[in-house]
Amino acid sequence: MGTLLLQAILSGLLNGGVYALVSVGLTLIFGVLGIINFAHGALMMLGMYVSYWLFVLYGVDPYVSLIASALGLFGLGVLLERLLITPVLEAPEHNQLLLTLGVALVLENLALFLWSPDPRTLTVSYLDFAPMVGGVMLSPPRLIAFGVSVALTVLLYAFLHRTDVGKAIRAVSQEREGALAVGINIQRIYALAFGIGCACVGAAGTLVAPFYTIDPYVGGIFVITAFVVVVLGGMGSYFGALLAALLVGLAESVAAVFIPAAMKQIVIYVIFVLVLLLRPQGLFGPGRG
Amino acid sequence: MIRKSSGPIWERRRLLLEVHRVCAGYGDLQVLWEVSLHLQAGEIVAVIGANGAGKTTLLRTIAGLLRPTAGHIALAGTRLERLPPHRIVQGGVVRVPEGRKIFPRLTVLENLELGAYLPAAKRQRRQSLEWVFGLFPRLKERRRQLAGTLSGGEQQMLAIGRALMARPRLLMLDEPSLGLAPLLVQEIFAIIRDINRDGVTILLVEQHVFHALRLAHRGYVLENGRIVLEGKAEALLANEHVKTAYLGL
Ligand SMILES: Nc1ncnc2c1ncn2[C@@H]1O[C@H](COP(=O)(O)OP(=O)(O)OP(=O)(O)O)[C@@H](O)[C@H]1O
Ligand SMILES: [Mg+2]
Repeated sequence: MGTLLLQAILSGLLNGGVYALVSVGLTLIFGVLGIINFAHGALMMLGMYVSYWLFVLYGVDPYVSLIASALGLFGLGVLLERLLITPVLEAPEHNQLLLTLGVALVLENLALFLWSPDPRTLTVSYLDFAPMVGGVMLSPPRLIAFGVSVALTVLLYAFLHRTDVGKAIRAVSQEREGALAVGINIQRIYALAFGIGCACVGAAGTLVAPFYTIDPYVGGIFVITAFVVVVLGGMGSYFGALLAALLVGLAESVAAVFIPAAMKQIVIYVIFVLVLLLRPQGLFGPGRG
Repeated sequence: MIRKSSGPIWERRRLLLEVHRVCAGYGDLQVLWEVSLHLQAGEIVAVIGANGAGKTTLLRTIAGLLRPTAGHIALAGTRLERLPPHRIVQGGVVRVPEGRKIFPRLTVLENLELGAYLPAAKRQRRQSLEWVFGLFPRLKERRRQLAGTLSGGEQQMLAIGRALMARPRLLMLDEPSLGLAPLLVQEIFAIIRDINRDGVTILLVEQHVFHALRLAHRGYVLENGRIVLEGKAEALLANEHVKTAYLGL
Protein backbone atom coordinates (compact mmCIF):
# COMPACT_ATOMS: atom_id res chain seq x y z
CA MET A 1 0.00 0.00 0.00
CA GLY A 2 2.80 2.38 0.97
CA THR A 3 4.67 2.15 -2.30
CA LEU A 4 1.41 2.14 -4.20
CA LEU A 5 0.54 5.47 -2.62
CA LEU A 6 4.02 6.81 -3.22
CA GLN A 7 3.74 5.79 -6.85
CA ALA A 8 0.38 7.54 -7.08
CA ILE A 9 1.74 10.71 -5.54
CA LEU A 10 4.66 10.72 -7.95
CA SER A 11 2.62 10.18 -11.08
CA GLY A 12 0.05 12.66 -9.81
CA LEU A 13 2.69 15.35 -9.48
CA LEU A 14 4.18 14.47 -12.84
CA ASN A 15 0.79 14.76 -14.52
CA GLY A 16 0.22 17.98 -12.63
CA GLY A 17 3.22 19.57 -14.29
CA VAL A 18 1.72 18.96 -17.72
CA TYR A 19 -1.68 20.17 -16.55
CA ALA A 20 0.05 23.35 -15.45
CA LEU A 21 1.38 24.04 -18.94
CA VAL A 22 -2.02 23.34 -20.50
CA SER A 23 -3.76 25.49 -17.91
CA VAL A 24 -1.54 28.54 -18.03
CA GLY A 25 -2.21 28.69 -21.76
CA LEU A 26 -5.92 28.62 -21.08
CA THR A 27 -5.57 31.15 -18.28
CA LEU A 28 -3.55 33.52 -20.43
CA ILE A 29 -6.14 33.45 -23.20
CA PHE A 30 -8.96 33.93 -20.72
CA GLY A 31 -7.18 36.69 -18.86
CA VAL A 32 -6.29 38.72 -21.93
CA LEU A 33 -9.15 38.11 -24.36
CA GLY A 34 -11.86 37.22 -21.86
CA ILE A 35 -12.84 34.16 -23.83
CA ILE A 36 -12.89 30.51 -22.83
CA ASN A 37 -11.05 28.57 -25.47
CA PHE A 38 -12.93 25.32 -25.97
CA ALA A 39 -10.59 24.48 -28.83
CA HIS A 40 -7.70 24.09 -26.39
CA GLY A 41 -7.98 20.30 -26.28
CA ALA A 42 -8.16 19.97 -30.05
CA LEU A 43 -5.05 22.14 -30.34
CA MET A 44 -3.26 19.85 -27.93
CA MET A 45 -4.27 16.91 -30.10
CA LEU A 46 -2.73 18.71 -33.08
CA GLY A 47 0.50 19.15 -31.13
CA MET A 48 0.56 15.40 -30.52
CA TYR A 49 -0.01 14.58 -34.18
CA VAL A 50 2.63 17.07 -35.33
CA SER A 51 5.24 15.21 -33.33
CA TYR A 52 3.79 11.80 -34.21
CA TRP A 53 3.97 12.41 -37.95
CA LEU A 54 7.34 14.10 -37.86
CA PHE A 55 8.58 11.04 -36.01
CA VAL A 56 6.93 8.44 -38.22
CA LEU A 57 7.63 10.11 -41.56
CA TYR A 58 10.99 11.71 -40.94
CA GLY A 59 12.24 10.10 -37.78
CA VAL A 60 12.37 13.43 -35.95
CA ASP A 61 12.86 12.99 -32.23
CA PRO A 62 9.80 14.36 -30.35
CA TYR A 63 12.00 16.48 -28.12
CA VAL A 64 13.23 18.17 -31.27
CA SER A 65 9.81 18.44 -32.88
CA LEU A 66 8.68 20.14 -29.68
CA ILE A 67 9.90 23.33 -31.30
CA ALA A 68 7.93 22.63 -34.47
CA SER A 69 4.74 21.92 -32.61
CA ALA A 70 5.07 24.96 -30.33
CA LEU A 71 5.88 27.29 -33.24
CA GLY A 72 3.30 25.68 -35.51
CA LEU A 73 0.58 26.07 -32.93
CA PHE A 74 1.68 29.59 -32.19
CA GLY A 75 1.20 30.41 -35.86
CA LEU A 76 -2.12 28.62 -36.03
CA GLY A 77 -3.22 30.43 -32.88
CA VAL A 78 -2.33 33.84 -34.28
CA LEU A 79 -4.20 33.00 -37.47
CA LEU A 80 -7.28 31.74 -35.60
CA GLU A 81 -7.31 34.84 -33.44
CA ARG A 82 -7.01 37.22 -36.37
CA LEU A 83 -9.55 35.49 -38.58
CA LEU A 84 -12.12 34.10 -36.16
CA ILE A 85 -11.75 35.38 -32.61
CA THR A 86 -11.28 39.11 -33.26
CA PRO A 87 -14.64 39.42 -35.05
CA VAL A 88 -16.53 37.94 -32.09
CA LEU A 89 -14.70 39.72 -29.26
CA GLU A 90 -17.47 42.29 -28.93
CA ALA A 91 -20.18 39.69 -29.48
CA PRO A 92 -22.22 38.10 -26.68
CA GLU A 93 -20.43 35.41 -24.71
CA HIS A 94 -22.44 32.50 -26.04
CA ASN A 95 -21.33 33.39 -29.58
CA GLN A 96 -17.71 33.17 -28.47
CA LEU A 97 -18.35 29.81 -26.82
CA LEU A 98 -20.00 28.47 -29.95
CA LEU A 99 -17.12 29.72 -32.06
CA THR A 100 -14.33 28.07 -30.08
CA LEU A 101 -16.45 24.94 -29.74
CA GLY A 102 -16.92 25.01 -33.51
CA VAL A 103 -13.17 25.30 -34.05
CA ALA A 104 -12.68 22.27 -31.81
CA LEU A 105 -15.23 20.23 -33.79
CA VAL A 106 -13.69 21.20 -37.11
CA LEU A 107 -10.17 20.32 -35.97
CA GLU A 108 -11.26 17.00 -34.47
CA ASN A 109 -13.20 15.99 -37.55
CA LEU A 110 -10.39 17.07 -39.79
CA ALA A 111 -8.04 14.85 -37.79
CA LEU A 112 -10.58 12.03 -38.00
CA PHE A 113 -10.83 12.43 -41.75
CA LEU A 114 -7.11 12.79 -42.41
CA TRP A 115 -5.67 10.38 -39.90
CA SER A 116 -8.57 8.02 -39.05
CA PRO A 117 -9.78 7.31 -35.51
CA ASP A 118 -7.10 4.61 -35.04
CA PRO A 119 -5.20 5.06 -31.81
CA ARG A 120 -1.50 5.53 -32.37
CA THR A 121 1.54 5.38 -30.16
CA LEU A 122 4.89 7.03 -30.41
CA THR A 123 7.67 5.15 -28.64
CA VAL A 124 10.99 6.81 -27.98
CA SER A 125 13.22 3.76 -28.01
CA TYR A 126 16.10 5.25 -26.05
CA LEU A 127 13.72 6.12 -23.22
CA ASP A 128 12.02 2.76 -23.19
CA PHE A 129 13.19 1.67 -19.78
CA ALA A 130 11.74 2.12 -16.33
CA PRO A 131 14.16 2.26 -13.41
CA MET A 132 12.81 1.37 -9.97
CA VAL A 133 13.76 3.62 -7.10
CA GLY A 134 12.66 2.57 -3.62
CA GLY A 135 9.87 0.43 -5.03
CA VAL A 136 8.60 3.29 -7.16
CA MET A 137 8.77 3.02 -10.92
CA LEU A 138 10.16 6.04 -12.74
CA SER A 139 9.14 6.68 -16.31
CA PRO A 140 11.71 8.78 -18.17
CA PRO A 141 9.29 10.33 -20.71
CA ARG A 142 6.96 11.35 -17.89
CA LEU A 143 9.81 12.88 -15.94
CA ILE A 144 10.89 14.81 -19.00
CA ALA A 145 7.33 15.94 -19.67
CA PHE A 146 7.10 17.22 -16.11
CA GLY A 147 10.46 18.93 -16.14
CA VAL A 148 10.00 20.65 -19.47
CA SER A 149 6.40 21.63 -18.69
CA VAL A 150 7.36 23.24 -15.42
CA ALA A 151 10.34 24.93 -17.05
CA LEU A 152 8.17 26.36 -19.82
CA THR A 153 5.58 27.48 -17.30
CA VAL A 154 8.22 29.32 -15.29
CA LEU A 155 9.73 30.75 -18.47
CA LEU A 156 6.35 32.12 -19.54
CA TYR A 157 5.92 33.62 -16.09
CA ALA A 158 9.27 35.34 -16.38
CA PHE A 159 8.37 36.60 -19.84
CA LEU A 160 5.11 38.08 -18.57
CA HIS A 161 6.77 39.72 -15.59
CA ARG A 162 10.18 40.79 -16.84
CA THR A 163 9.77 41.99 -20.42
CA ASP A 164 8.01 45.05 -21.77
CA VAL A 165 5.86 42.98 -24.10
CA GLY A 166 4.98 40.63 -21.25
CA LYS A 167 4.00 43.58 -19.09
CA ALA A 168 1.93 44.96 -21.94
CA ILE A 169 0.08 41.64 -22.11
CA ARG A 170 -0.66 41.84 -18.40
CA ALA A 171 -1.64 45.48 -18.74
CA VAL A 172 -4.21 44.56 -21.38
CA SER A 173 -5.64 41.87 -19.13
CA GLN A 174 -5.82 44.22 -16.16
CA GLU A 175 -7.12 47.38 -17.77
CA ARG A 176 -7.96 47.43 -21.44
CA GLU A 177 -8.82 51.11 -21.58
CA GLY A 178 -5.58 52.01 -19.83
CA ALA A 179 -3.63 49.89 -22.29
CA LEU A 180 -5.24 51.73 -25.18
CA ALA A 181 -4.37 55.02 -23.52
CA VAL A 182 -0.65 54.25 -23.40
CA GLY A 183 -0.58 53.24 -27.05
CA ILE A 184 -0.45 49.48 -26.77
CA ASN A 185 -1.66 47.87 -29.99
CA ILE A 186 -4.41 45.77 -28.44
CA GLN A 187 -5.10 43.73 -31.57
CA ARG A 188 -1.52 42.61 -31.68
CA ILE A 189 -1.50 41.69 -28.00
CA TYR A 190 -4.67 39.63 -28.46
CA ALA A 191 -3.10 37.67 -31.30
CA LEU A 192 0.14 37.25 -29.38
CA ALA A 193 -1.57 36.02 -26.20
CA PHE A 194 -3.75 33.60 -28.11
CA GLY A 195 -0.72 32.35 -30.02
CA ILE A 196 1.28 31.84 -26.84
CA GLY A 197 -1.62 30.00 -25.22
CA CYS A 198 -1.78 27.68 -28.23
CA ALA A 199 1.99 27.20 -28.25
CA CYS A 200 1.84 26.08 -24.60
CA VAL A 201 -0.82 23.49 -25.28
CA GLY A 202 0.96 22.36 -28.46
CA ALA A 203 4.16 21.83 -26.50
CA ALA A 204 2.20 19.93 -23.86
CA GLY A 205 0.80 17.72 -26.61
CA THR A 206 4.26 16.83 -27.83
CA LEU A 207 5.51 16.20 -24.31
CA VAL A 208 2.79 13.65 -23.51
CA ALA A 209 2.85 12.03 -26.96
CA PRO A 210 5.54 9.47 -25.98
CA PHE A 211 3.35 7.94 -23.27
CA TYR A 212 -0.20 8.69 -24.42
CA THR A 213 -2.35 6.93 -26.95
CA ILE A 214 -2.96 9.48 -29.70
CA ASP A 215 -6.35 9.78 -31.34
CA PRO A 216 -8.45 12.72 -32.58
CA TYR A 217 -10.35 13.06 -29.30
CA VAL A 218 -7.42 12.74 -26.91
CA GLY A 219 -7.43 16.46 -26.04
CA GLY A 220 -10.86 16.31 -24.44
CA ILE A 221 -9.83 14.89 -21.10
CA PHE A 222 -6.89 17.22 -20.75
CA VAL A 223 -8.97 20.24 -21.42
CA ILE A 224 -11.65 19.30 -18.89
CA THR A 225 -8.89 18.92 -16.35
CA ALA A 226 -7.45 22.26 -17.40
CA PHE A 227 -10.83 23.95 -16.91
CA VAL A 228 -10.98 22.55 -13.38
CA VAL A 229 -7.46 23.79 -12.76
CA VAL A 230 -8.19 27.27 -14.08
CA VAL A 231 -11.34 27.63 -11.97
CA LEU A 232 -9.64 26.16 -8.93
CA GLY A 233 -6.68 28.49 -9.41
CA GLY A 234 -8.98 31.51 -9.52
CA MET A 235 -9.66 32.35 -13.18
CA GLY A 236 -6.72 34.21 -14.58
CA SER A 237 -4.30 33.78 -11.70
CA TYR A 238 -0.99 32.43 -12.92
CA PHE A 239 0.44 30.95 -9.76
CA GLY A 240 -3.02 29.83 -8.78
CA ALA A 241 -3.16 27.76 -11.94
CA LEU A 242 0.29 26.29 -11.33
CA LEU A 243 -0.52 25.19 -7.77
CA ALA A 244 -4.00 24.03 -8.69
CA ALA A 245 -2.56 21.95 -11.53
CA LEU A 246 -0.27 20.06 -9.15
CA LEU A 247 -3.14 19.62 -6.68
CA VAL A 248 -5.54 18.30 -9.29
CA GLY A 249 -2.90 15.93 -10.64
CA LEU A 250 -2.31 14.63 -7.13
CA ALA A 251 -5.98 14.32 -6.20
CA GLU A 252 -6.82 12.47 -9.39
CA SER A 253 -3.96 10.05 -9.08
CA VAL A 254 -4.25 9.37 -5.36
CA ALA A 255 -8.02 8.91 -5.57
CA ALA A 256 -7.45 6.31 -8.26
CA VAL A 257 -5.70 4.16 -5.65
CA PHE A 258 -8.87 3.92 -3.65
CA ILE A 259 -11.57 3.74 -6.32
CA PRO A 260 -12.03 1.43 -9.29
CA ALA A 261 -9.95 2.50 -12.27
CA ALA A 262 -13.05 2.89 -14.42
CA MET A 263 -14.26 5.67 -12.12
CA LYS A 264 -11.01 7.62 -12.24
CA GLN A 265 -12.42 10.27 -14.56
CA ILE A 266 -15.22 10.99 -12.15
CA VAL A 267 -12.78 12.44 -9.65
CA ILE A 268 -12.17 15.45 -11.90
CA TYR A 269 -15.85 16.19 -12.21
CA VAL A 270 -16.41 15.81 -8.49
CA ILE A 271 -13.60 18.26 -7.77
CA PHE A 272 -15.06 20.63 -10.35
CA VAL A 273 -18.53 20.60 -8.83
CA LEU A 274 -17.17 20.93 -5.31
CA VAL A 275 -15.07 23.93 -6.29
CA LEU A 276 -17.96 25.62 -8.02
CA LEU A 277 -20.19 25.04 -4.99
CA LEU A 278 -17.76 25.87 -2.22
CA ARG A 279 -15.20 28.25 -3.68
CA PRO A 280 -16.31 29.66 -7.02
CA GLN A 281 -13.64 32.35 -6.72
CA GLY A 282 -11.00 29.61 -6.68
CA LEU A 283 -8.64 28.40 -3.99
CA PHE A 284 -6.30 31.31 -4.28
CA GLY A 285 -8.74 34.17 -4.55
CA PRO A 286 -9.55 36.19 -7.63
CA GLY A 287 -7.05 37.62 -10.08
CA ARG A 288 -3.53 37.65 -8.76
CA GLY A 289 -2.15 37.71 -12.31
CA MET B 1 -5.20 83.41 -7.82
CA ILE B 2 -4.02 81.08 -10.52
CA ARG B 3 -1.74 82.82 -12.96
CA LYS B 4 -2.10 81.85 -16.58
CA SER B 5 0.86 81.01 -18.71
CA SER B 6 0.06 82.45 -22.06
CA GLY B 7 3.43 81.92 -23.76
CA PRO B 8 4.77 83.96 -26.64
CA ILE B 9 2.38 85.13 -29.34
CA TRP B 10 3.95 83.11 -32.16
CA GLU B 11 3.44 79.94 -30.17
CA ARG B 12 -0.17 80.71 -29.43
CA ARG B 13 -0.85 81.12 -33.10
CA ARG B 14 0.18 77.57 -33.94
CA LEU B 15 -2.85 75.38 -34.52
CA LEU B 16 -2.24 72.00 -32.89
CA LEU B 17 -5.55 70.17 -32.87
CA GLU B 18 -8.56 70.80 -34.98
CA VAL B 19 -11.86 69.00 -34.51
CA HIS B 20 -14.15 69.90 -37.37
CA ARG B 21 -17.90 69.22 -37.31
CA VAL B 22 -17.46 65.79 -35.80
CA CYS B 23 -20.42 63.48 -35.29
CA ALA B 24 -19.91 60.30 -33.28
CA GLY B 25 -21.72 57.88 -31.01
CA TYR B 26 -22.31 54.28 -30.06
CA GLY B 27 -24.11 52.27 -32.72
CA ASP B 28 -27.44 53.92 -33.40
CA LEU B 29 -27.03 56.34 -30.53
CA GLN B 30 -25.52 59.56 -31.81
CA VAL B 31 -23.83 61.46 -28.98
CA LEU B 32 -21.75 64.19 -30.66
CA TRP B 33 -23.44 66.54 -33.11
CA GLU B 34 -21.13 68.51 -35.39
CA VAL B 35 -18.68 69.33 -32.65
CA SER B 36 -15.94 71.75 -33.68
CA LEU B 37 -13.10 72.94 -31.52
CA HIS B 38 -9.43 73.72 -31.82
CA LEU B 39 -6.34 74.10 -29.68
CA GLN B 40 -3.32 76.30 -30.33
CA ALA B 41 0.02 74.88 -29.27
CA GLY B 42 0.68 75.84 -25.65
CA GLU B 43 -2.92 76.42 -24.67
CA ILE B 44 -5.04 75.00 -21.91
CA VAL B 45 -8.56 74.53 -23.21
CA ALA B 46 -11.42 73.37 -21.01
CA VAL B 47 -14.52 71.55 -22.20
CA ILE B 48 -17.25 71.79 -19.62
CA GLY B 49 -20.60 70.10 -19.56
CA ALA B 50 -23.03 68.22 -17.37
CA ASN B 51 -23.25 64.46 -16.84
CA GLY B 52 -23.84 62.68 -20.11
CA ALA B 53 -23.14 65.73 -22.24
CA GLY B 54 -20.65 63.71 -24.28
CA LYS B 55 -17.31 64.90 -22.88
CA THR B 56 -15.82 61.46 -22.53
CA THR B 57 -17.19 60.49 -25.91
CA LEU B 58 -15.42 63.50 -27.40
CA LEU B 59 -12.05 62.51 -25.93
CA ARG B 60 -12.53 58.87 -26.92
CA THR B 61 -13.28 59.97 -30.45
CA ILE B 62 -10.15 62.12 -30.65
CA ALA B 63 -8.15 59.20 -29.21
CA GLY B 64 -9.38 56.90 -31.98
CA LEU B 65 -11.53 54.59 -29.87
CA LEU B 66 -14.63 55.75 -31.69
CA ARG B 67 -14.74 56.53 -35.37
CA PRO B 68 -16.56 59.74 -36.30
CA THR B 69 -19.53 59.23 -38.60
CA ALA B 70 -18.88 62.68 -40.05
CA GLY B 71 -16.34 65.47 -39.81
CA HIS B 72 -12.61 65.28 -39.35
CA ILE B 73 -9.88 65.61 -36.75
CA ALA B 74 -6.39 66.87 -37.51
CA LEU B 75 -3.21 67.17 -35.45
CA ALA B 76 -0.93 69.86 -36.85
CA GLY B 77 -2.41 69.16 -40.25
CA THR B 78 -2.30 65.35 -40.09
CA ARG B 79 -5.67 63.63 -40.19
CA LEU B 80 -6.30 61.43 -37.17
CA GLU B 81 -9.83 60.14 -37.50
CA ARG B 82 -8.97 56.93 -39.34
CA LEU B 83 -5.89 55.99 -37.33
CA PRO B 84 -5.96 53.23 -34.70
CA PRO B 85 -5.54 54.38 -31.07
CA HIS B 86 -1.87 53.42 -30.76
CA ARG B 87 -0.97 55.48 -33.81
CA ILE B 88 -2.67 58.49 -32.30
CA VAL B 89 -0.67 58.08 -29.10
CA GLN B 90 2.40 57.79 -31.28
CA GLY B 91 1.47 61.10 -32.87
CA GLY B 92 1.58 62.70 -29.43
CA VAL B 93 -2.08 62.82 -28.41
CA VAL B 94 -2.29 61.12 -25.05
CA ARG B 95 -5.34 60.71 -22.86
CA VAL B 96 -5.76 60.34 -19.13
CA PRO B 97 -8.98 58.33 -19.12
CA GLU B 98 -11.95 59.00 -16.89
CA GLY B 99 -11.59 56.85 -13.78
CA ARG B 100 -7.79 56.68 -14.18
CA LYS B 101 -7.60 53.14 -15.61
CA ILE B 102 -4.18 52.45 -14.16
CA PHE B 103 -2.90 48.86 -14.07
CA PRO B 104 -3.72 47.81 -10.50
CA ARG B 105 -1.50 44.73 -10.23
CA LEU B 106 1.57 46.34 -11.72
CA THR B 107 3.84 48.50 -9.59
CA VAL B 108 3.82 52.29 -9.82
CA LEU B 109 7.12 52.15 -11.66
CA GLU B 110 5.85 49.52 -14.11
CA ASN B 111 2.77 51.63 -14.79
CA LEU B 112 5.00 54.57 -15.61
CA GLU B 113 7.32 52.48 -17.76
CA LEU B 114 4.37 51.22 -19.77
CA GLY B 115 3.41 54.83 -20.31
CA ALA B 116 6.57 54.99 -22.42
CA TYR B 117 5.75 51.78 -24.29
CA LEU B 118 6.14 53.12 -27.80
CA PRO B 119 9.71 53.18 -29.18
CA ALA B 120 10.19 56.95 -29.37
CA ALA B 121 9.02 57.44 -25.79
CA LYS B 122 10.98 54.41 -24.62
CA ARG B 123 14.24 56.02 -25.69
CA GLN B 124 13.52 58.91 -23.34
CA ARG B 125 12.30 56.77 -20.48
CA ARG B 126 14.88 57.83 -17.94
CA GLN B 127 14.50 61.58 -18.51
CA SER B 128 10.73 61.27 -18.58
CA LEU B 129 10.78 59.40 -15.32
CA GLU B 130 12.81 62.16 -13.71
CA TRP B 131 10.36 64.74 -15.01
CA VAL B 132 7.36 62.82 -13.66
CA PHE B 133 8.97 62.16 -10.29
CA GLY B 134 9.80 65.85 -10.11
CA LEU B 135 6.15 66.73 -10.61
CA PHE B 136 4.88 63.96 -8.32
CA PRO B 137 7.43 63.22 -5.58
CA ARG B 138 4.90 60.94 -3.91
CA LEU B 139 4.99 58.57 -6.88
CA LYS B 140 8.72 58.24 -6.42
CA GLU B 141 8.28 57.26 -2.79
CA ARG B 142 5.73 54.67 -3.76
CA ARG B 143 7.32 53.39 -6.95
CA ARG B 144 7.67 49.79 -5.74
CA GLN B 145 4.08 49.61 -4.52
CA LEU B 146 1.28 47.97 -6.51
CA ALA B 147 -0.73 50.70 -8.19
CA GLY B 148 -3.99 49.25 -6.91
CA THR B 149 -2.94 50.03 -3.33
CA LEU B 150 -2.58 53.78 -3.93
CA SER B 151 -5.11 56.30 -2.66
CA GLY B 152 -7.49 57.92 -5.12
CA GLY B 153 -5.41 61.08 -5.40
CA GLU B 154 -2.21 59.13 -5.91
CA GLN B 155 -3.87 57.01 -8.56
CA GLN B 156 -4.85 60.17 -10.41
CA MET B 157 -1.28 61.39 -10.18
CA LEU B 158 -0.11 58.05 -11.53
CA ALA B 159 -2.57 58.24 -14.41
CA ILE B 160 -1.27 61.69 -15.32
CA GLY B 161 2.33 60.63 -14.84
CA ARG B 162 1.81 57.59 -17.02
CA ALA B 163 0.42 59.79 -19.79
CA LEU B 164 3.40 62.17 -19.50
CA MET B 165 5.78 59.25 -19.98
CA ALA B 166 4.49 59.05 -23.55
CA ARG B 167 5.87 62.57 -24.13
CA PRO B 168 2.59 64.07 -25.31
CA ARG B 169 2.26 67.16 -27.44
CA LEU B 170 -1.38 67.23 -26.45
CA LEU B 171 -2.49 65.89 -23.09
CA MET B 172 -6.20 65.17 -22.75
CA LEU B 173 -7.49 64.94 -19.21
CA ASP B 174 -10.91 63.44 -18.53
CA GLU B 175 -12.22 64.75 -15.20
CA PRO B 176 -8.97 64.55 -13.25
CA SER B 177 -10.73 65.91 -10.16
CA LEU B 178 -13.36 63.18 -10.08
CA GLY B 179 -13.84 61.86 -6.55
CA LEU B 180 -11.00 63.88 -5.01
CA ALA B 181 -11.12 65.99 -1.85
CA PRO B 182 -11.13 69.77 -2.53
CA LEU B 183 -7.56 70.24 -1.37
CA LEU B 184 -6.34 67.54 -3.71
CA VAL B 185 -8.29 69.05 -6.57
CA GLN B 186 -6.33 72.28 -6.02
CA GLU B 187 -3.09 70.34 -6.01
CA ILE B 188 -3.87 68.45 -9.21
CA PHE B 189 -4.92 71.65 -10.97
CA ALA B 190 -1.73 73.38 -9.93
CA ILE B 191 0.27 70.50 -11.36
CA ILE B 192 -1.68 70.63 -14.62
CA ARG B 193 -0.61 74.26 -14.88
CA ASP B 194 3.01 73.23 -14.28
CA ILE B 195 2.78 70.60 -16.98
CA ASN B 196 1.46 73.23 -19.37
CA ARG B 197 4.38 75.48 -18.49
CA ASP B 198 6.69 72.64 -19.45
CA GLY B 199 5.28 73.02 -22.95
CA VAL B 200 2.43 70.52 -23.08
CA THR B 201 -0.83 71.64 -24.66
CA ILE B 202 -3.80 70.59 -22.56
CA LEU B 203 -7.39 69.68 -23.31
CA LEU B 204 -9.20 69.45 -20.01
CA VAL B 205 -12.67 67.98 -19.56
CA GLU B 206 -14.25 68.93 -16.26
CA GLN B 207 -17.40 69.22 -14.21
CA HIS B 208 -15.58 71.44 -11.71
CA VAL B 209 -16.43 74.36 -13.95
CA PHE B 210 -15.09 77.15 -11.81
CA HIS B 211 -11.66 75.61 -11.28
CA ALA B 212 -11.38 74.51 -14.85
CA LEU B 213 -12.15 77.94 -16.27
CA ARG B 214 -9.79 79.63 -13.83
CA LEU B 215 -7.03 77.40 -15.09
CA ALA B 216 -7.82 77.41 -18.81
CA HIS B 217 -7.14 80.04 -21.45
CA ARG B 218 -10.24 79.22 -23.39
CA GLY B 219 -13.26 77.03 -22.96
CA TYR B 220 -16.13 75.31 -24.70
CA VAL B 221 -19.51 74.43 -23.23
CA LEU B 222 -20.88 71.09 -24.38
CA GLU B 223 -24.60 70.41 -23.95
CA ASN B 224 -26.35 67.31 -25.28
CA GLY B 225 -23.43 66.64 -27.57
CA ARG B 226 -23.35 70.13 -29.08
CA ILE B 227 -21.00 73.05 -28.47
CA VAL B 228 -23.32 75.80 -27.32
CA LEU B 229 -20.79 78.38 -26.14
CA GLU B 230 -17.13 79.07 -26.60
CA GLY B 231 -14.74 81.80 -25.73
CA LYS B 232 -12.02 83.08 -23.46
CA ALA B 233 -12.15 81.52 -20.02
CA GLU B 234 -12.79 84.88 -18.28
CA ALA B 235 -15.62 85.62 -20.67
CA LEU B 236 -17.23 82.25 -19.98
CA LEU B 237 -16.89 82.75 -16.23
CA ALA B 238 -18.79 86.00 -16.62
CA ASN B 239 -21.39 84.55 -18.99
CA GLU B 240 -24.96 84.53 -17.60
CA HIS B 241 -25.79 81.07 -18.90
CA VAL B 242 -22.60 79.58 -17.49
CA LYS B 243 -23.21 81.33 -14.18
CA THR B 244 -26.73 79.99 -13.74
CA ALA B 245 -26.28 76.53 -15.28
CA TYR B 246 -22.79 75.62 -14.05
CA LEU B 247 -21.68 77.89 -11.27
CA GLY B 248 -24.95 77.98 -9.32
CA LEU B 249 -24.85 81.75 -9.07
N1 LIG C 1 -20.20 52.63 -24.25
C1 LIG C 1 -21.36 53.29 -24.45
N2 LIG C 1 -22.37 52.70 -25.13
C2 LIG C 1 -23.53 53.35 -25.34
N3 LIG C 1 -23.79 54.59 -24.90
C3 LIG C 1 -22.85 55.23 -24.22
C4 LIG C 1 -21.58 54.61 -23.95
N4 LIG C 1 -20.83 55.48 -23.24
C5 LIG C 1 -21.58 56.58 -23.07
N5 LIG C 1 -22.78 56.44 -23.65
C6 LIG C 1 -23.85 57.46 -23.70
O1 LIG C 1 -23.35 58.58 -24.37
C7 LIG C 1 -23.79 59.77 -23.76
C8 LIG C 1 -22.60 60.66 -23.42
O2 LIG C 1 -21.77 59.97 -22.50
P1 LIG C 1 -20.36 60.49 -22.05
O3 LIG C 1 -19.76 59.44 -21.19
O4 LIG C 1 -19.61 60.94 -23.22
O5 LIG C 1 -20.76 61.76 -21.19
P2 LIG C 1 -19.87 62.64 -20.22
O6 LIG C 1 -20.12 64.05 -20.60
O7 LIG C 1 -18.49 62.17 -20.22
O8 LIG C 1 -20.56 62.36 -18.83
P3 LIG C 1 -19.91 62.22 -17.37
O9 LIG C 1 -19.78 63.61 -16.84
O10 LIG C 1 -20.92 61.44 -16.62
O11 LIG C 1 -18.62 61.52 -17.50
C9 LIG C 1 -24.60 59.36 -22.55
O12 LIG C 1 -25.96 59.44 -22.89
C10 LIG C 1 -24.21 57.94 -22.32
O13 LIG C 1 -25.29 57.20 -21.79
MG1 LIG D 1 -17.26 61.42 -18.83
